[in-house]
Amino acid sequence: MSWVATIGLETHVQLHTESKMFCACCTGFGAAPNTHVCPVCLGYPGAMPVMNGKAIELTVRSGLMLSCEIPLYSKFDRKSYFYPDMPKNYQISQYDMPLCQGGGVDITVDGQHRRIELTRIHLEEDVGKSMHFKSSSGVDFNRAGVPLMEIVSEPDLHTPEEAMAYLAALKQILLYAEVSDCNLEEGNMRCDVNISIAPAGSDTLGTKAEIKNMNTFRGVQNAVRYEIARQIDVLESGGRIVQETRRWDPDTEMTSSMRTKEDAHDYRYFPEPDLMPVVLAEAQIEAWRATLPEPPAARRERLVSEYGIPEYDAGVLAADKRVGDFFEEAARASGNAKAASNWIMTEMLRLLGEQEMDIADVRVAPAALAELIGLVDGGALNSNSAKEVFAELFAEGGDPKAIVAAKGLTQVSDSGAIEGFVQQAIEENPQSVEDFRNGKTKAAKFLVGQVMRLSKGKANPKMVGEIIARLLS
Amino acid sequence: MMSCDFNSLTIHDLLEQLRSGETSSVEVVQGLIEAIGARDDDLKAYVSLDAEGALAQAQEADRKRAAGEDGLLLGVPIAIKDVLNVSGQPCTCGSQILQGYVAPYDATAIAKLRKAGAVFVGRTNMDEFAMGGTTENSSIQVTRNPHDLDYVPGGSSGGSAAAVGGGIAVAALGTDTGGSIRQPAAFCGCVGLKPTYGRISRYGLTAFASSLDQIGPMTHSVRDAAILLEAMAGVDPMDSSSVDQPVPDYTAALTGDLTGMTLGLPKEYFVEGVDAEVAASVRAAVERCRDLGAEILEVSLPHTEYAIATYYVIATAEASANLARFDGVRYGRRAEAGTDPIDMYGRTRAQGFGPEVKRRIILGTYVLSSGYHDAYYLTGQKVRTLIRRDFEQAFARCDAILTPVTPTAAYKIGEKVDDPLQMYLGDIFTATVNLAGNCAVAVPCGKTATGLPIGLQVIGPDFGEAQVLRVAHAYEQSGATS
Ligand SMILES: [Zn+2]
Repeated sequence: MSWVATIGLETHVQLHTESKMFCACCTGFGAAPNTHVCPVCLGYPGAMPVMNGKAIELTVRSGLMLSCEIPLYSKFDRKSYFYPDMPKNYQISQYDMPLCQGGGVDITVDGQHRRIELTRIHLEEDVGKSMHFKSSSGVDFNRAGVPLMEIVSEPDLHTPEEAMAYLAALKQILLYAEVSDCNLEEGNMRCDVNISIAPAGSDTLGTKAEIKNMNTFRGVQNAVRYEIARQIDVLESGGRIVQETRRWDPDTEMTSSMRTKEDAHDYRYFPEPDLMPVVLAEAQIEAWRATLPEPPAARRERLVSEYGIPEYDAGVLAADKRVGDFFEEAARASGNAKAASNWIMTEMLRLLGEQEMDIADVRVAPAALAELIGLVDGGALNSNSAKEVFAELFAEGGDPKAIVAAKGLTQVSDSGAIEGFVQQAIEENPQSVEDFRNGKTKAAKFLVGQVMRLSKGKANPKMVGEIIARLLS
Repeated sequence: MMSCDFNSLTIHDLLEQLRSGETSSVEVVQGLIEAIGARDDDLKAYVSLDAEGALAQAQEADRKRAAGEDGLLLGVPIAIKDVLNVSGQPCTCGSQILQGYVAPYDATAIAKLRKAGAVFVGRTNMDEFAMGGTTENSSIQVTRNPHDLDYVPGGSSGGSAAAVGGGIAVAALGTDTGGSIRQPAAFCGCVGLKPTYGRISRYGLTAFASSLDQIGPMTHSVRDAAILLEAMAGVDPMDSSSVDQPVPDYTAALTGDLTGMTLGLPKEYFVEGVDAEVAASVRAAVERCRDLGAEILEVSLPHTEYAIATYYVIATAEASANLARFDGVRYGRRAEAGTDPIDMYGRTRAQGFGPEVKRRIILGTYVLSSGYHDAYYLTGQKVRTLIRRDFEQAFARCDAILTPVTPTAAYKIGEKVDDPLQMYLGDIFTATVNLAGNCAVAVPCGKTATGLPIGLQVIGPDFGEAQVLRVAHAYEQSGATS
């Protein structure tokens, strides 16, 4: 029998705000345990939450980027359950009136384009982090109260690859919207997956299992793949799928049962009496909409049509908003989009990867790259020298002309001077001259190399070739 | 040393004495600590005293006054219900579960009083987490009624009421969720004001039911209640439910007459079940108000009969979440480590909470649980809207409403301990106001034949504090109160 999997994702995204969701504590990552805390985020008696307007704005911004509907009225609710990492033993979340409804994410898998529908996006507070020691446990509440946006997809995905593509597309859009750092290592983006399987062609869904604890996209893909196979195995061997929550173990690459439906929590939602409802003005939403960046998919298309670069290059450049911005600035300033694209794709992104750097830390200014391209295009610099200049720009930053001058790299295009170097090379390499005359192309390349050596790399290679040919003909 | 008569010393008079140099804050605080020492063994109104801290604050107040400064409450000692966070002081909420907890911050109301120059002498007893109407639910001690030690002082702010009524506090703060300021004030013969929801910041008030709780003054006179209200009222960025309404000069509203005012009598409040002596005293008070120039008319609050059921659904639902934080992880009492955290929670909460608190947590958990949520919690919210509408319609016709505070005067200690339902019914005239969110003041209006105080409740519309204080003050000044 053939089976079809149905997959829905709940993605938790930590919003990029200075302060926590309901107090003034800092959201910074990596501080000593329990140093970013106060009576509010520790759930002290009498402490009360106050809404972080920036978190509301960033959630609405995400919703607008994902084509969600933004209701003018939404509210916060208490979600009750006991857990040591939760200071109040209830989480302030949104139950039936979230900030964003509907929306979708466009994905491409194996050349097929699909739109994955979203159910909703709501805002809630993050919990602390439990830590286990030899004979005791502790909780670090630095993360408790950090604004967390939950993006819920419809059960609209069918393969591990689609799940992966969905997450990658979502991450790209959120980075474009500048709402989150989406840093998986720092737990900025976490994901729960609902999976069920049913016989192909069936119009009812199977019983679903929820999988938790995947902290990489690869982990999601592997967990989904494992869980689909497990469920098929259970059903084909005559078993029954039980509704349950399962934990992904990245070491063994298996899922295991955490709790079944019988011990599922009754969250006892009710409206948070300490907060007023969120009432948004249409004008406010429109003002936020006006500041949205172009979405990555639209940008890819525009880069191809506006700059005439290949689709593949456009995809690479648009993948990161900041790389795309860098490209467009350099392309416009230099008037040579192809060269700008090549420099970024072959040199800059390679060096960033090798040195594990982020584009934010790059020292090359787009204007400097444009100037470098201009020097090459104007014949003032040959491509080898240009690479040397770029390496210097990448390492130290600065102005290409100044680097060229300091390194004495200005291309020699004076034919008299080049002729002198060619004469010297001919005299020193009679064998090669003879080979050249016998039509061996290797010899020509060798002679050009000798001239470049004698000129310390500054000779215009095109002119060198022409002069050798003229003198030896 | 001057010996003050704390039985009647008001904030207003004390400030005059301090301003004229007749006495000093240090003298008054020392005198008060002596009076507490002499009387509180019987009353058990205070759960903790900070004599040293209070004397230091009094000294500072005297120094400031000598330097020419003044303040709304400069040098005035105030007793604080043990549910409010005062930086550096314990805050037990009458519970064992907060054993060892020391507040790391000031509640906003406390910070405002501190800024006005108030001196914090000690913390008063209360029903555990403000759940109860007798202060018998305190896990620390049983407070007694100063008018008869065999009787309850009321609750949950019973410690504050007994301290003021018993002459061992100049004034006190209480909190009111269903009548917890007004009912003990009535039982102990003092003035108690529950302000409009949002009038005083709740930040730092350990929550029982967040949509109902309000902090308020408990005092010897209506004027004192006005002074304390003015010191604490106002919007607070730390409390989103506080309301940005101007704070008027409440003492300026105390004109002493009721000319031009219309007072409503809800027909549903003068019914069977109201003690005859209480009814007679309140009716006499109504007549006195008529003499003072008020027009009296009958109004109707038809949904009153549903108030108690509604109150106990909503208050317990909110309490079940509010009290979830007491788990022994971050502060307070913790049971020995068990097999896992949930086990530790269970034992911490089993040991730390008293029976009434457990009863209400279970009730609240039940009314919110799936399958029952709509029938109880949602219905409760709808009835609440109807109760609110009752008041809106009544206040379209009158400026304030007069009712008894309670159906009976104080009862004997132990008398109703085993009958929680009977005790819940005693909240009928007060809890309605918390559900609607408006304001009300309790003012003494005579005594029973056995000498127990009776209270008159003056209910006002949203932010109608000036009106209710004017009525209560005019009545109080007419000399018919005892
Ligand atoms: Zn905080």
